[in-house]
Amino acid sequence: MRTTTIDKNTLYSYLDEIKDPEVPVLSIVDLGIVRDVKMIEDELEVIITPTYIGCPAMEMIATTIKVEMATLGFKKVKVTEVLSPPWTTDWMSEEGKRRLKEYGIAPPNPRQQVCEQKLFAEAEAVQCPHCDSFHTRRISEFGSTPCKALYQCDDCKEPFDYFKCH
Amino acid sequence: MNNQSTNQLINYSLHLADNSLILGQRNGEWCGHGPVPEQDIAITNITLDLIGQARSFYQHAAHQINNSKKAEGSKASSPLERGFGGEVTEDSLAYLRKEREFKNLLLVEQPNGDWGQTILRQFFFSQYQYLLFQQLQYSKDEQLAAIAAKALKEVAYHLRWSSEWVIRLGDGTEESHRRMLHAIDELWRYTGEMFEVTGYELWVTGKNIGVDVSKLKEPWMNKVKEIFIEATMPVPEKVFMQSGGKEGRHTEHLGYILTELQYMQRVYPGCEW
Repeated sequence: MRTTTIDKNTLYSYLDEIKDPEVPVLSIVDLGIVRDVKMIEDELEVIITPTYIGCPAMEMIATTIKVEMATLGFKKVKVTEVLSPPWTTDWMSEEGKRRLKEYGIAPPNPRQQVCEQKLFAEAEAVQCPHCDSFHTRRISEFGSTPCKALYQCDDCKEPFDYFKCH
Repeated sequence: MNNQSTNQLINYSLHLADNSLILGQRNGEWCGHGPVPEQDIAITNITLDLIGQARSFYQHAAHQINNSKKAEGSKASSPLERGFGGEVTEDSLAYLRKEREFKNLLLVEQPNGDWGQTILRQFFFSQYQYLLFQQLQYSKDEQLAAIAAKALKEVAYHLRWSSEWVIRLGDGTEESHRRMLHAIDELWRYTGEMFEVTGYELWVTGKNIGVDVSKLKEPWMNKVKEIFIEATMPVPEKVFMQSGGKEGRHTEHLGYILTELQYMQRVYPGCEW
């Protein structure tokens, strides 16, 4: 493969094929984990950031990137993990949000609320990904992974995950 | 940087890492034992964040240690390099240091007690960490600043969650109130140490790398008073404060924690998952 002439969009489209191991409908690009990708001479460098600091999926993601890129013919692949600037759900793509909802996970609300330190605040109005009702309630601020909270819909009664605003 | 300042930065990074690791290990004891499934998940989620912080701080310390060894051209092998590819790593720092080498606060190594005591410990620590990281995110050390800025968003959750629980239990039933008073009795004497400045902290603060923790005491106390008033609990006065953890002098509990935490690496050195 003549890698020297590859532009950034093409590189991103390759990375867009790699899914997040916890939320397999989202690619690592959709999720905003990929911060940059560079081709310096014959080495491909992919810069990634974790969603939450203790995210146990980072090593798996880094390995998958190396394997997938090697399969595409990149001889040297380096994955660099950075913490700054801290990841935010603002970086999630619109396409990613649509896919999340289709998968049954309520996508993050558009406003960052993590810094709100008010106690016993009313839970955010989250739309049920199954029946679109806003008549939902929070069961727990913490869910099956650090990035999710647990909700239940009072109309269709289905419990669901909410990808919390961060 | 010269040798002495590198050592102080290493000590400071280890202190920050040890706080998070030991509290994470303590909270992890609740896994599968929480009072209700949602809160079991909450405390273990917080644990995951703490272990993430610890890993980042240990990686930073390991990087400094390996670099300074290279700069000195030192060939001497330390026990920390055994079994981890000849280099000091986050794992060797967590699994192979001895009790006296740990620099965590005495507060975080205290036993879980009941749910109230665990909550109160978390609240004291999260309030402290929230104030600390708010300033550490502007550290001249870029990596410490990045870790603090990243973790701060998560500590905000820990603080809100634990504050709500302190109020809920303090202003709850007669029994929950009584248990919270007991928790204050058990833990208050370990809170003073958070604001005592050790030698390595003095050094890193002078270089605008670390945070002057003595200045965090007042805002911490104000927030604690605010929450305690709502929780209908008294703020203790004139209690003798224990200290020493930051310099390696621990309560008897740390040895038992490390015995469990380090068991696999002590028995099967270098073993991998």
